[in-house]
Amino acid sequence: MSFLDQLRHILGPHGLISASEEARTYECDGLTNFRVMPLAVALPTSAEQVQAVIRICHRERIPFVARGSGTGLSGGALPVKNGIVISLARMNRILEVDLPNQRIVVEPGVINLDVTARVTGAGYFYAPDPSSQSVCSIGGNVAENAGGAHCLKYGFTTTHVLALEVVLPDGTLAHFGSKTLDAPGYDLAGVFVGSEGTLGVATKITLRIVKRPQCVQTLLAAFKSPNEAGAAVSDIIAAGMLPAAIEMMDNLAIQAAEAAVHANYPNCGGLLLVELDGPVAEVDTLMAQTSAICRENGASEIRVAQTDEERALVWKGRKAAFASVGRISPNFIVQDGVIPRTALPKILDEIERLGLASGLRVANVFHAGDGNLHPLVLYDRRIEGQEKGAERLAERILELCIEMGGSITGEHGVGEEKKHMMGKMFAEPDLATMQRLRCAFDPLSLSNPTKVFPRPRLCGETPGEYQPHPLEVAGVAERF
Amino acid sequence: MRIVDPHSEEEVADILRAAHEDGAAVIPRGGGTKSDWGNPPARTDIMLSTARLNRVIDHAWADLTVTVEAGCTIAELQCALARRGQRLAVDPLWPGRATVGGVLSTNDTGVLRLRYGGLRDLVIGVTLALADGTLARSGGKVVKNVAGYDLSKLVTGAFGTLGVITSATFRLHPVPKYTHTVTAAVPDLGAMQRLLNRILDSQLVPAAVQVRAGTGAPQIDVLFEGTEEGIHAQVDRLQEMTPVTENDAEVWKRLDAGAKISVLPARIAETLEGLVGYAVVEATGIGWVQTHRLSPLRAKIEAMGGSLVLMRPYEGMDAWGDTAGSAGGDSLPLMRAIKQRFDPRGILNPGVFVGGI
Repeated sequence: MSFLDQLRHILGPHGLISASEEARTYECDGLTNFRVMPLAVALPTSAEQVQAVIRICHRERIPFVARGSGTGLSGGALPVKNGIVISLARMNRILEVDLPNQRIVVEPGVINLDVTARVTGAGYFYAPDPSSQSVCSIGGNVAENAGGAHCLKYGFTTTHVLALEVVLPDGTLAHFGSKTLDAPGYDLAGVFVGSEGTLGVATKITLRIVKRPQCVQTLLAAFKSPNEAGAAVSDIIAAGMLPAAIEMMDNLAIQAAEAAVHANYPNCGGLLLVELDGPVAEVDTLMAQTSAICRENGASEIRVAQTDEERALVWKGRKAAFASVGRISPNFIVQDGVIPRTALPKILDEIERLGLASGLRVANVFHAGDGNLHPLVLYDRRIEGQEKGAERLAERILELCIEMGGSITGEHGVGEEKKHMMGKMFAEPDLATMQRLRCAFDPLSLSNPTKVFPRPRLCGETPGEYQPHPLEVAGVAERF
Repeated sequence: MRIVDPHSEEEVADILRAAHEDGAAVIPRGGGTKSDWGNPPARTDIMLSTARLNRVIDHAWADLTVTVEAGCTIAELQCALARRGQRLAVDPLWPGRATVGGVLSTNDTGVLRLRYGGLRDLVIGVTLALADGTLARSGGKVVKNVAGYDLSKLVTGAFGTLGVITSATFRLHPVPKYTHTVTAAVPDLGAMQRLLNRILDSQLVPAAVQVRAGTGAPQIDVLFEGTEEGIHAQVDRLQEMTPVTENDAEVWKRLDAGAKISVLPARIAETLEGLVGYAVVEATGIGWVQTHRLSPLRAKIEAMGGSLVLMRPYEGMDAWGDTAGSAGGDSLPLMRAIKQRFDPRGILNPGVFVGGI
């Protein structure tokens, strides 16, 4: 039987897409400027099917890329050449809800917001809230260690994943972590979350859910510039507060959001959005303090959204920010860098300078509380040279993040897009050490093999010593 | 056994490189407070003390992070952080002697975990000296960062079997302006569990909750932190559920017990039913138990899907789990493969960890 026939045998006639027209949907993820046609797309409905597919891939040495909803912004779910895509979209059941222990067990294809929907009646929610939460899947969130606006207080996906069932790259099923904390052994769930599909495929995920706070208040404050807004953020942190979220948008981002969703934002140079939650008495006190801090830092207008409707509108504008930019520019690059929060004024000046020098506009949206920047570099593909210029500018911003002691990605992942930047952020021994982990999981480099790291490497039998890899011996691969 | 006390990470790497070449077993040591934890090492040739690696390298207070060398004690670190009104939100055992590296390696977080997460959630970067002398950094100095594998989590709780942590970076929290401890006495374990479930299902946001059980009626301690107004309102709300009395912060002093257990929060009463001895169990399900009947307790807890690990040697018991393969489960082969890649000659704390790693 051919490779594809073997897959069809496992998955049934409707579980495999091999015609190129149908497979075209899968040629890219949310990072659309990279496209690769997969050999085929597997649509398993169970962990057993995932296992069987990966066993065949392992036997035939065919690389595979797991895919959730395909909303990733760094090309993590981009197919690899001569490899297959394993879509987990059909594994979308919520398997168990355990309210007394505040846990929920889901399959990887479950949509982020559906987890909250399932427990909202009992007063709970699932905390990680990437802007794409109405469409992105938990499996994808796990792969990328998705964040969101509220991770300042509630933590990232990794904080909320307690246990995983994983199909390893040789087809073995393994269980990481446990419904109870601190299961004896290495924290494999901890390293798997955020490994961008390079260590295997999660088929079952145990998540923590959180009780809804007694009250939530969201403050909007208008400042002359992002720098004044940034000073207010510093004072809020210095006052010992840990807001649920602190977001910032510059004027261009505000204009875009207004054009798209009419969030009724004040027209200003720097808009700050601070959300506090918790017991009413506490939130009232801290909100008064936050308002005072904003006023002291020169806020011209301060509004507190009190009702759920008002809050929803405030957040709609922020969450739609990336897509809204399409209203003011034909093309744009979404970047995801991190700096120590105190370096904010410095990097904003630099971004402005770089923008002017290259003749490109940059809209800025930040998770200001944790220094995660999302500069949006606007360009027009039809104008000769602009796309290249925009890519260069976006990359230069990441280099600045590294120079300021930050990171090349806060929540979107390295994927395909930024793997060439890894060597700028980490030294060779750091990358080689990460490679040891990868080799322990995937000695044949089959699981999303071309992502995250700057260049493909093969795993020798013993780390540090050269030994020809079976694929090298067979003349199938060469060492880089 | 030879004792070495390097004063730089490069020296740590040099010592390990030499030991790796000789195949000499290396026992990393911080304050020496938890050397009884885990199984006894199969071999001990060199004791590598981190005592001289004790600097607070960079307290970036405005960014709420700190980078600190592994041999710095928790008390010294907290003292340095307190100058700027900040803290690392953990309360491990013996803070006066326990070091950053030791606390990370043994994953001893403490009761604040309910509110602030575990060490795994607070550590944002580490520098590791691997067995062959490689010095590697992972993570970084910013709270939000998904570039590369999160090796900080891999070495948290790894008992020094994958490398020696030479420094770590943590996210910090402000020292709360006000704290308040109250205690509720309940007639029995059933009532304890019902009250605990109600607290956890409420919109109260305690920093810590623990159950004390043993002789006499069980007690539930609740720690509130934050603004005065917020604390008063929450204590009032708790009073509506159960009578509570104000208590001393001393009640949070950690219990030096024979075993650490981890169970589901809603099954704490069931776990403690029939206990001969004394236990303090946190609302996260992690607890500390003093009893002479550890073996039956472990059997019961493992059957419930939890774990019981020893804090000091106990005749005839493995530190990590009894049932063959229960500790590590079906991922034990993978754990061994990781150990093999990081420490191919098995020189770091040999035999101390799960499955003989």
